Amino acid sequence: MKKLMLATILAGAVALPAMAADYTIIAPANPGGGWDQTARTMQAVLQDEGISSSVQVQNVPGAGGTIGLAQFASQNEGNANALIVGGYVMVGAILTNNAPVGLDAVTPIARLTGEYEAIVVPAASPIQTIEELVEALKADPGAVSWAGGSAGGTDHIAVGLLAKAAGVDPTKINYIAYSGGGEALAAILGSQVTAGISSLGEFVAQIDSGTLRLLAVSSEERIEGVDAPTLKEVGLDVVLQNWRMVAAAPGLSDEQKAAVSADIEAMVKSASWQEQLATKGWADTYLAGAEFDAQLAADITATETVLKDIGLVK
Amino acid sequence: MSAFDFLLQGLATASDPMLLFYALIGVTLGTAVGVLPGIGPALTVALLLPVTYRLDPAGSLIMFAGIYYGGMYGGSTTSILLNTPGESASIITALEGNKMARKGRGGPALATAAIGSFVAGLIATLLLAFLAPHVVKLALVFGPREYFALMVLAFVTVSSAFGDSTLRGLTSLFLGFGLACVGIDQLTGQARMSFGVPDLLDGIEVTTLAVAMFAVGEALAIAALGNTGEDKVHAVKGSVWMNRSDWSRSWKPWLRGTFIGFPIGAMPAGGAEIGTFLSYATEKKLTKHPEEFGHGAIEGVAGPEAANNASAAGTLVPLLTLGLPTTATAAIMLAGFQQFGLQPGPLLFATNPELVWGLIASLLIANAMLLVLNLPMIGLWVKLLTIPKPWLYAGILLFATLGTIGANPSTFELGMLLVFGLVGYGMRVFGYPIAPIVVGLILSPMAEQQLRRALSISQGDWTVLLTSPIAAVMLGIAALALIVPLVMRMRGRGAVLSQLAGDED
Repeated sequence: MKKLMLATILAGAVALPAMAADYTIIAPANPGGGWDQTARTMQAVLQDEGISSSVQVQNVPGAGGTIGLAQFASQNEGNANALIVGGYVMVGAILTNNAPVGLDAVTPIARLTGEYEAIVVPAASPIQTIEELVEALKADPGAVSWAGGSAGGTDHIAVGLLAKAAGVDPTKINYIAYSGGGEALAAILGSQVTAGISSLGEFVAQIDSGTLRLLAVSSEERIEGVDAPTLKEVGLDVVLQNWRMVAAAPGLSDEQKAAVSADIEAMVKSASWQEQLATKGWADTYLAGAEFDAQLAADITATETVLKDIGLVK
Repeated sequence: MSAFDFLLQGLATASDPMLLFYALIGVTLGTAVGVLPGIGPALTVALLLPVTYRLDPAGSLIMFAGIYYGGMYGGSTTSILLNTPGESASIITALEGNKMARKGRGGPALATAAIGSFVAGLIATLLLAFLAPHVVKLALVFGPREYFALMVLAFVTVSSAFGDSTLRGLTSLFLGFGLACVGIDQLTGQARMSFGVPDLLDGIEVTTLAVAMFAVGEALAIAALGNTGEDKVHAVKGSVWMNRSDWSRSWKPWLRGTFIGFPIGAMPAGGAEIGTFLSYATEKKLTKHPEEFGHGAIEGVAGPEAANNASAAGTLVPLLTLGLPTTATAAIMLAGFQQFGLQPGPLLFATNPELVWGLIASLLIANAMLLVLNLPMIGLWVKLLTIPKPWLYAGILLFATLGTIGANPSTFELGMLLVFGLVGYGMRVFGYPIAPIVVGLILSPMAEQQLRRALSISQGDWTVLLTSPIAAVMLGIAALALIVPLVMRMRGRGAVLSQLAGDED
């Protein structure tokens, strides 16, 4: 039995690389996270729509995606079948880790999805509005503790931007980093911290059930069906989106890049992609070509500034 | 309809032959991935997620449940027989379980692990069904300072797993602390002790260290002994089945393990490992056979195995009641819920009771199926030990390497596996226990983060650690556990304690 099992596992291990894949998508994170889910959703849609006959997803976790990015860039020069998923968190991680390989080492194809940040307090909190929270922050920045995702990630950057916009020294913010949405959510629900910040989707169920109070969102305009002001409305000039993107290998010819871009566009335009976005609560923020390149460059510059302000990047 | 009616209805749904078949696939796959070191249930569920797009919600959730429970159980088999923990929650099982296997008592060790897992899974699933909303309130009371106190308690109690010499145990533990510092500091995002190597930025993987220390180190040690190895492994001595004394020594640890593992699993930052540490320490304190600990005490297998399965059910408490995924597997199960348009959370029990109770019913069925599958297999499993040593250890090495590559395809990870394997060999040669180094790697990042979070929230005021009654009580117990043996030793009381003192280096 043991031998049989070993043989099965071995066969499985050997069979995986043997499958001829039209695309191999690297998810530079552990299974379960946003990048992994994006990669696996792409896999399902690309196959269902017949855009690609076989798609394989490989997880290369580590260091905010920079390990996967470095491995991807060095192993796939000119390989038009290789894709990598990434996003805004990667931009911050490259800067804070001083990573040797940046996004300029790959060929960005398109932005796919995005989520806005939401600021919440537990239902029992005396703070009722975003203005009250900002007043408390101005009075004593250290006394307002924020729970959110990893240090230097989107949530941390958002708090830094908010402090700056409110005229508070961003180095004084009391940001408590948690490894995943779940743990941070528990700390907020248990009133261990003053406020919480994360992607809106992480909080929706709790907001609906009334255990969390939504104070503000980080979008440009009010989000449909969400009863909360934007930060802009209350005079804080902060718009931030935690976007996810797909990139191709470095050193592609223009034809190769065009072919990959066409496949991705076909995927985004398909009905099953839209259906997946709806069930997962992801917004369609598709942006490709020169516009995406310009947006990416702008995001990198803005992130570098705020990370320096918070004191995470020297 | 009352909760009980829903449960009965769920059981009726889940006993559909097709769904039973899914459950069978789930537990078989789960056991297989639990056995393979490095590859955990999280990766398996993630791989299966696209497949389940085509199944109905009931079928796929049943399969996930089977994988989850199977994975928790499967790790114990290799821990006991091969001293190779398949996942971090079965590290403690290897301590006593493998000693039992070497004495020809592998059968009873596997049986107590299987039945203990079943009992714990059964009780914990019922607790999940009827107490989830209350347990979760308790779990939310735990903030950084309470977690820190829990970690301190775990440190103090787990020191009983340090073997004969406290000094050697502490040395090994501090090596683990040192390794735990490697990587990006979670609270500031700065790299520590990574020496500019990008592969080290994410720290050292617990399973890599555990597999290297236990499996690779052991294989090297056996190879170094050559054919002269005096610690002869008895495949089977006496009955493969548990005897009367095994039963009477197992049932209490099963129950205690369940009640330790379940609440800790339900805590958002608890995790399965801490429950196994605390259960092991409890059994060692309460046993009537203290002399057997470290040489194959059945309580040391029964308790931690029950705790590890109970914590698996515990993890589902925050998932189902709050929508909080607290482990990687739970996070993927959450994604599984979402693909059917369901949002787990406070409203799920109200909006989709059939599904919740269907899941709970399938957990019960998966749990029973695991027992049915595994008990008859014990006779086959223990035959593994009759494989000639060179083949067996070559197989273990292959197995360990395969698991590590499977989990993370990188040459650096393999290099780490080999280097730590050599360290493990060295530690064996010089008589240092290997469990504390792994325990240090698991516990110290949690303790450090929680302490720093607590102090950050209080803006540097250390008294917060004592102003929470829960934290104060736990720290008090930890202090007592540390001081009382010292005092007793000074007064020269207790044969066991003075013997321990005699072993001091």
